[in-house]
Amino acid sequence: MKNMKSSTKINFATYLGVVAAYIVITLLISNGVLGRKAAALLVPACCYVVMAVSLNLTVGILGELSLGHAGFMSVGAFAGIIAAMSLVEAVPFEPLRLGIAMVVGAVCAGIAGIIVGVPVLRLRGDYLAIVTLAFGEIIKDLINCLIVGHDSKGLHIIFNFKGLKTVDDLGLLDGGTVIIKGAQGATGTVTIASFTAGVILILITLFIVLNLVHSRSGRAIMAIRDNRIAAESVGINITKYKLMGFVTSAALAGAAGALYGLNYSSLQATKFNFNTSILVLVFVVLGGLGNIWGSIIAAVVLYVLPEALRSVADLRMLVYAIVLILVMLATNSPKLKGLLAKVIPHKKGDEVNE
Amino acid sequence: MKRWISLLLAVCMLFTLAACGPKENGNDDQNNNQNDDNQVETTNAYKFGGIGPLTGDAAIYGNAVKNGATIAVDEINAKGGVQINLDFEDDVADGETSVNAYNTLVDWGMQCLVGTVTTGACIAVSAEVYKDRIFTLTPSASSPDVIDGKDNMFQVCFTDPNQGSGSATYINANMPEAKIAVIYRNDDAYSQGIRDTFKAKADELGLNIVDETTFTNDTATDFSVQLTSAQNAGADLIFLPIYYQPASVILKQAKDMGYAPTFFGVDGMDGILAMPGFDTTLAEGVMLLTPFSADAEDALTQTFVQKYQDAYGEVPNQFAADAYDAVYILYNALNEAGCTPDMAADEICEKLIEVMPSFSYSGLTGQDMTWDETGAVSKMPTAVVIENGVYVTA
Repeated sequence: MKNMKSSTKINFATYLGVVAAYIVITLLISNGVLGRKAAALLVPACCYVVMAVSLNLTVGILGELSLGHAGFMSVGAFAGIIAAMSLVEAVPFEPLRLGIAMVVGAVCAGIAGIIVGVPVLRLRGDYLAIVTLAFGEIIKDLINCLIVGHDSKGLHIIFNFKGLKTVDDLGLLDGGTVIIKGAQGATGTVTIASFTAGVILILITLFIVLNLVHSRSGRAIMAIRDNRIAAESVGINITKYKLMGFVTSAALAGAAGALYGLNYSSLQATKFNFNTSILVLVFVVLGGLGNIWGSIIAAVVLYVLPEALRSVADLRMLVYAIVLILVMLATNSPKLKGLLAKVIPHKKGDEVNE
Repeated sequence: MKRWISLLLAVCMLFTLAACGPKENGNDDQNNNQNDDNQVETTNAYKFGGIGPLTGDAAIYGNAVKNGATIAVDEINAKGGVQINLDFEDDVADGETSVNAYNTLVDWGMQCLVGTVTTGACIAVSAEVYKDRIFTLTPSASSPDVIDGKDNMFQVCFTDPNQGSGSATYINANMPEAKIAVIYRNDDAYSQGIRDTFKAKADELGLNIVDETTFTNDTATDFSVQLTSAQNAGADLIFLPIYYQPASVILKQAKDMGYAPTFFGVDGMDGILAMPGFDTTLAEGVMLLTPFSADAEDALTQTFVQKYQDAYGEVPNQFAADAYDAVYILYNALNEAGCTPDMAADEICEKLIEVMPSFSYSGLTGQDMTWDETGAVSKMPTAVVIENGVYVTA
């Protein structure tokens, strides 16, 4: 352990923390210590963790502001639902179907990421924020126009731009299922998401993000964030590395979306609105920009908090807001930092990777 | 080292939070202040759960349902005998939050669910309810997807097809020559659902639909494009399968344009007269299909409206009436099925499923309501027209 770089130590601690949390929670569930409510929060919590970690790649590591991360989640969710629902008969083994759905979700969201990223990441300034903000809204409206069904002949997809078509226009054969009904969203989805799949997705996400960050490409990405001109002058291809970070982030959000979509039997595109993008951004900012395990903890705590506060009923959102403000103040207070530094003895080389 | 320790601390924090989940349900008595009088801690009490948006955009509906259900529960508890505990949870009309609220109620020991209020959230919860075998009666989630394939889901309100085809049938019988324009919200399951079935039935009956325009939640503040389009198409009847907030804007803008077709709404239009700041003269001549009218003369409606006004200071809408009926339907059905409060939720569920198809109830929102095995209610919608600021049966 002593010869390890401290960054490697932190990485291992992050993996170990996730695995340990998984084991402890699984034990608690099997012993009945955790109630239904807590158990049901696990899958969405995993999705939000992956969302936060992947957004941290764009915002913290790449240094670009993205306001449409929920849009990628949406693409992944609906692509994943279509894949999973079409394969109900072809792939009866649920975990495999879930895996395929997540891969499809990730690929579709990745393609959307390329479409958004190629023109925008060439520009300087806050254009990515503007375009991703629009992207989130456009995706919402596009999915509201989408009608999809599946029968023995395969997939039937129509775009209902004028609002004049209904599911009857799909021309489904007997025994066909309607998967997405335009504005009514995906209903009747067979829910196959599981906590285990969520944890595996978190581990894969961590593996991808941490390895990317500590690789040559990751150093190039961070160099662009820190000083674009200097990075350009040493011959780093700015657009290529920006695109690499952004598309990875979008694809991971797509996989999280697929897991999320397959956890609920009804899902509307309006769920993935601007507020959801901001919610994930709040997880990232409060967890610390560029701080991966900070994102994990912030996502879990801030997702569970409003549910844990149900006991104070009407004051719920007020208390939630106050907690947000307190966390913000506390993490920035020099006094608290000084206190922590006194309590915890410093070791040389510990702060190098901050 | 610092990071290691903070990581550990944070993981500990995570677990304490997670562990809070089931424990907090023990002190539910203090949870909902307004529900305090309902919390009768005896073994002779059923536990009814309720889910609906108490905050957020659709809060009017959720609060109406909560208030209506609370009045019914208070009445039943005042009678003595079998008591009811009602715990109503907020879901902000969001599917994800709704499932969380549902699981909170399951941890509490809910035996029957009155909910959920909004359609999208209800579809998400209904899948869970079906799996867990908890009998559920929704006062107001109107999509057929809510009850589709779930033997323990029942509705008090009309289904969307019922409303859409009902409106088409009514228009065909009374104004067959009308040139119809439809304005609906295409990012809303409710509006789109009614429009689809209205269109199907209208085509079947040979009604003349001259124009169809849409709007979304983001564009619900200006309807001049849609109204001009309808006017140019020569429409003399505008069908509005939408909620009352956008409808009020449409009425105002049509008046400003000097365009005066007949407006025809469905249950979402209900409540327009009670909307704060709305000039009720604008709604003169508006027709709508509704199961409940607060101005009805019968004693049951009068007492309910009086109680509701005393307690909450406003005229109850259809949602409150549906919720009031829902609690009484459950109560009567439980009695008829011979259930007792000490029975488990799944036991109650199976007994109620047996009873429902042969069960009939007359309440605020309809006489002799019956249910088929799919869970859809059968009752007659009444068409009312607004004259001098009150509903008059058309």
